Amino acid sequence: MLFWQILIDGFAISSLYALGAMGFALIFGVSGVLNLSHGALMVAAVVAAWAAGNDLHVGPYVGAALGVFVGFAASLITYFLIVRPLQQSRKIREEEREIFILTATLLWGIMIQELIAYLYTNNAKTVAPIVEGVVSLAGVRTPSNEIFTAVVCWLAIGLLWLLVNRTRAGKAVLAASMNPRGVTLLGVELSQVYIVIWAIYGVLAGIAGVLLGMFLGVSSYSVGPLTASAFSIVVLGGLGSVSGALIAAYVVGYLETLTAYLISPAYRTIPALLLLVIVIYVSPRGLLGRR
Amino acid sequence: MRKGQNRAISAAFGASAAVLAIILASPVQAQTKAPIKIGVIAEAQAVAGSSIPQAAQLAAEELNAAGGVDGRKVEIVSYDNHSSAAESVRAFQRAANEDHVNAVIASYISEVVLALEPWTGRLKTVMVSPGAASDVITQNIAKDYSHLKYTFHGYLRSTSLAQQVCAAAKELLVDQLKMKSAVVVSEDAAWTTPLDAEYLKCLPTIGLHVLDHIRFSPDTTDFTPIFNKIEAQKPDVMITGISHVGVQPTVQWKQQQVPIPMLGISSQATNSSFWNDTNGATEGVLYQGVSGPDVAVTPKTLPFVAAFKKKFGNFPSYAGYTAYDEVFYIADAIKRAGSTDPDKLVVALEATDYVGTIGRVQFTGKDSPNPHALKVGPDTITGLMLQWQGGKQVNLWPAKVANGKLKFPKFIKVGAADR
Repeated sequence: MLFWQILIDGFAISSLYALGAMGFALIFGVSGVLNLSHGALMVAAVVAAWAAGNDLHVGPYVGAALGVFVGFAASLITYFLIVRPLQQSRKIREEEREIFILTATLLWGIMIQELIAYLYTNNAKTVAPIVEGVVSLAGVRTPSNEIFTAVVCWLAIGLLWLLVNRTRAGKAVLAASMNPRGVTLLGVELSQVYIVIWAIYGVLAGIAGVLLGMFLGVSSYSVGPLTASAFSIVVLGGLGSVSGALIAAYVVGYLETLTAYLISPAYRTIPALLLLVIVIYVSPRGLLGRR
Repeated sequence: MRKGQNRAISAAFGASAAVLAIILASPVQAQTKAPIKIGVIAEAQAVAGSSIPQAAQLAAEELNAAGGVDGRKVEIVSYDNHSSAAESVRAFQRAANEDHVNAVIASYISEVVLALEPWTGRLKTVMVSPGAASDVITQNIAKDYSHLKYTFHGYLRSTSLAQQVCAAAKELLVDQLKMKSAVVVSEDAAWTTPLDAEYLKCLPTIGLHVLDHIRFSPDTTDFTPIFNKIEAQKPDVMITGISHVGVQPTVQWKQQQVPIPMLGISSQATNSSFWNDTNGATEGVLYQGVSGPDVAVTPKTLPFVAAFKKKFGNFPSYAGYTAYDEVFYIADAIKRAGSTDPDKLVVALEATDYVGTIGRVQFTGKDSPNPHALKVGPDTITGLMLQWQGGKQVNLWPAKVANGKLKFPKFIKVGAADR
């Protein structure tokens, strides 16, 4: 019974982690940007979906769609307002550019966090679930919403795979992640590729946020832990590797679930962080890192 | 000529004396008419905390509309502490040293109030907390009365809260539903240590056998393992002690259809916005409160709720009721003391006997093991046990002010221990 419980819960939470971290990995893989406002964008999507339901009185589908849209819009605003000006600035030395972007996205995330707390308080918010009720899976009473979360995560991951591997824009993104200069020589406008990946990332972060809001709920305090969680998964998987992030998400998700069930929920994150330290020592490139 | 000269000299002296009198009198008059300043240090970004400055402001406006305190206006000076003890200490120092407030109303978080407590002695500034619960606040006063006597605990102690929960659980769960067992589940925080200790003491005396005692980190986001562990023990009820968390355990309890009712302290559930925050998942949650939107605890309760709703568009949190009362009884104490001198104010506050929105406010004496704690009981503050039903906070206990009956959502199986 406990085995199935851990298997089911671990799968749902890992799928959510994977979706949240894959966009983060994609951005880094293609443009070298570590977006430390990641958690803020996810929380913004949740609060938007929650506010749509409570203030605009829309149904759960429209609320969820609005949440995803806010994730998408917030991602593009982050790119155009914060990241792109720093990428193009001639006042910043090339070797310092990454640290400038890192700091700017971190501060941008804090600004979003404070704005959310100011407008909607720092109390946790949950998004109205699209599916309600429970079903019995291998004798485990499982919320239908948990299954829905895992299914939507995998659909989004599948669509991302198709987009990257089967479309022209996606192939340009893939090529840019392998060799940005080579792609430019082939006549692909790199800035267009960046817009595409930030748009994809926004949708992924929006979906992950809304699902997290339905599954567990978040508050403005979640901004830091969500960014840290995505960052840890991406470092564990190998910076820039989307498939590495996928594997690492499941390693972290199951490690956390096992700890929560077998030791104590209070120590949930500790073993995964210890593993991260070990991996950084033993193999700094992570599981499937390229950079 | 001489007569005329004398007259001129007299007139000059008279005029000078009058001018001097005006010059000397002006500051004195201004001083007596200077406003009474009450600092409010609160968590403006938290639902429970945001009601504190709002309710204090409302009380000040009502006092001023009635002529103030001996002709002096009451002025509220607000500081947002961002739920941080460090920021609260800085705000307290600023309030006392720069803004020269006469008293401070501070925070619903025990850790924050405990951090401020030594500063009340150092800066000789009276502080009343509208929402912290830890017994340690008043235990500290007992240990060092002369230094910490400026602190007053304007909300119930954790031990009192647990006793009220036990009293309500006896009538509602043991007597009515014949429940026999419980699991105590609380967040790990300063206020729950004495709360849990009292739960473990009083629950067996009312006939609820405690099967387990779980304390979880306030950072917990996934409560599934906790609910699974509790459910495996088949208790009749979960007795809760939650404040920093609230939305997430409640939503997950409903989503996972955990068939065990929750009763106890759930501070966030006292807020009227909790229904929307949880998308209605709070249906059936039982929580202790000192007031409820539709419960006329005293003749002052409902007019306050109506005025608050009219001014701010929502209902006050539990700390809003106490903050509102605190402004009134601090003003009353200043009036009785005839001074804003902190030592005189302490003496006057110790003699407080004020019927507010949550009951009759009286403080325990300095010889008590918990000096400056609120007295509780049938003659002072009894507390309530409310339940969320269909988007409304319905009071079930005590019977004389009850306005509804116990009702659980379908997934709750009453008498889970017999399954």
